[in-house]
Amino acid sequence: MSSDALLFYAFAGVAVLGALLVVSQRNPVYSVLALIASFFGLSGLYVLLEAPFVAVVQIIIYAGAIMVLFLFTVMLLNVPREDAAEWDKSHPLYRPGAVRIGAVLALLMALQLGWALSRTPGLSAGVGDDTAAASSVSDLGVKLFSGAGDGSAGYMFAFEVTSILIIIAMVGAVVLARKRED
Amino acid sequence: MSGIIDYVTSPEFIAYSAIVGVVFMALQISAAVMVYAERKVSAFMQQRNGPNRVGPQGLLQPIADIVKLFFKEELRPKAADAFLFSLAPIISVTTAFLAFAPVPFGAPTTFFGLLDEPMALMIADVNVAVLVIFAVASMGVYGIVLAGWASNSKYSLLGGLRSSAQMISYELAYGMSLATVVMMADTMSLKEIVGQQSGYWLGVIPKWYIFPQFLGFFVFACAGIAETNRAPFDFPEAEQELVAGYHTEYSSMRFAMFFMAEYINMVTVSAVAVNLFLGGWHGPFIPTEYGWIWFVIKLAFLLFCYLWLRWTLPRFRYDQLMSFGWKVLLPLATVNLLLTAAGILYFNV
Repeated sequence: MSSDALLFYAFAGVAVLGALLVVSQRNPVYSVLALIASFFGLSGLYVLLEAPFVAVVQIIIYAGAIMVLFLFTVMLLNVPREDAAEWDKSHPLYRPGAVRIGAVLALLMALQLGWALSRTPGLSAGVGDDTAAASSVSDLGVKLFSGAGDGSAGYMFAFEVTSILIIIAMVGAVVLARKRED
Repeated sequence: MSGIIDYVTSPEFIAYSAIVGVVFMALQISAAVMVYAERKVSAFMQQRNGPNRVGPQGLLQPIADIVKLFFKEELRPKAADAFLFSLAPIISVTTAFLAFAPVPFGAPTTFFGLLDEPMALMIADVNVAVLVIFAVASMGVYGIVLAGWASNSKYSLLGGLRSSAQMISYELAYGMSLATVVMMADTMSLKEIVGQQSGYWLGVIPKWYIFPQFLGFFVFACAGIAETNRAPFDFPEAEQELVAGYHTEYSSMRFAMFFMAEYINMVTVSAVAVNLFLGGWHGPFIPTEYGWIWFVIKLAFLLFCYLWLRWTLPRFRYDQLMSFGWKVLLPLATVNLLLTAAGILYFNV
């Protein structure tokens, strides 16, 4: 096995294991930490895809900023440990509706994942020329903020629309959370 | 098998291992030296003698401290979360060491002809070094927050929450002051940023980014002090209100790890400041091969400024800290960023 494949399985393992721990931990603080570990696995995968900028931004934005706020919220609200509910030992099919819907969703996702994997031509194949272009910071900036070069609009419209969406969400949250002063 | 042996005994591998070992040891020793310097400088500023019993001029005081910390009893509160209580100091000290990896500290050298090609005096030459340092610094907050929460004590929790609020507030200004230098240098690699600061303007002024970017340097220095939780921004461990803040319940080596992390973080922030604003290893009189001497001199000066500030300025009030961060530093950093962008467009550099 080549060292790249070995690293891929190691990082992918961390990412998947972390994600599993997020949903299986009863203590919300441990869930947050498992999610951070999962993000580190993803970041390692980006490095393997020769996109160091995306890898570092993944750490700064998700593991560094967003998860700190998550942890902050969990600690401030003092979210208690989730204990097993009474129906936990019954047969899955007799459990309340949310669990049944969740089971259906999980089944659908597993099917979709299997279908997608069956169509992927294996790990050795390249991902495309786009990754090479996006690996350097300046190329990424050019792709985001100006046209693609062949006359089309590139990613600028999508990028700007996303930023407006985020601002709207932020303003909305502030308006909703603000105390009425009248 | 012989391939591995050849690789391990090649001059490149030995030189690289030496660099890694020297940096690792130097960071640990720097923490001990800083503890001694902190005591001596504070004593000087308060007209006392400072430590003078262990060794000549108290020079062996750090060793006595380390021995004491080694042999103290490990205490853990009964109600603490055992796993996270142990994990928190490890996260703190690991991120502190990790942050130094992309920092260059000298001109590329062949080690007096030992190597065929010059090797950069740094551990990891990444092309997004500035962002890596920023990312690792933002991970350091977890050590403090988790220590505060896992101790299950009100002082620790308040210290941890304060520290995360403080670090989030100052990270924005910190990142923006980094961005201005990146814009001027047109690269994110610290090695290349330092490389662009060689030479002189008008024959006398060194081409250091502190001169065009004095606002950026001011913002970076303030945010850097806040990021390392040093006075006058040392709220997470304000003695008068919080006993010792997030490390109230820690003793022995676990406490020593937090302590070491704090001093190593100071060294890293100063080293980054030297590389970004003060021209790294460039300087007059010393040939470039020995540039690391200039680097150490500049680093020592910035570290002295840390101590100078701590023993001169009183601690801010918490609301003053927040309003300073959001209402002064952040707008200043934003204006500086826009001015820099306008300048680069206008002069077309």
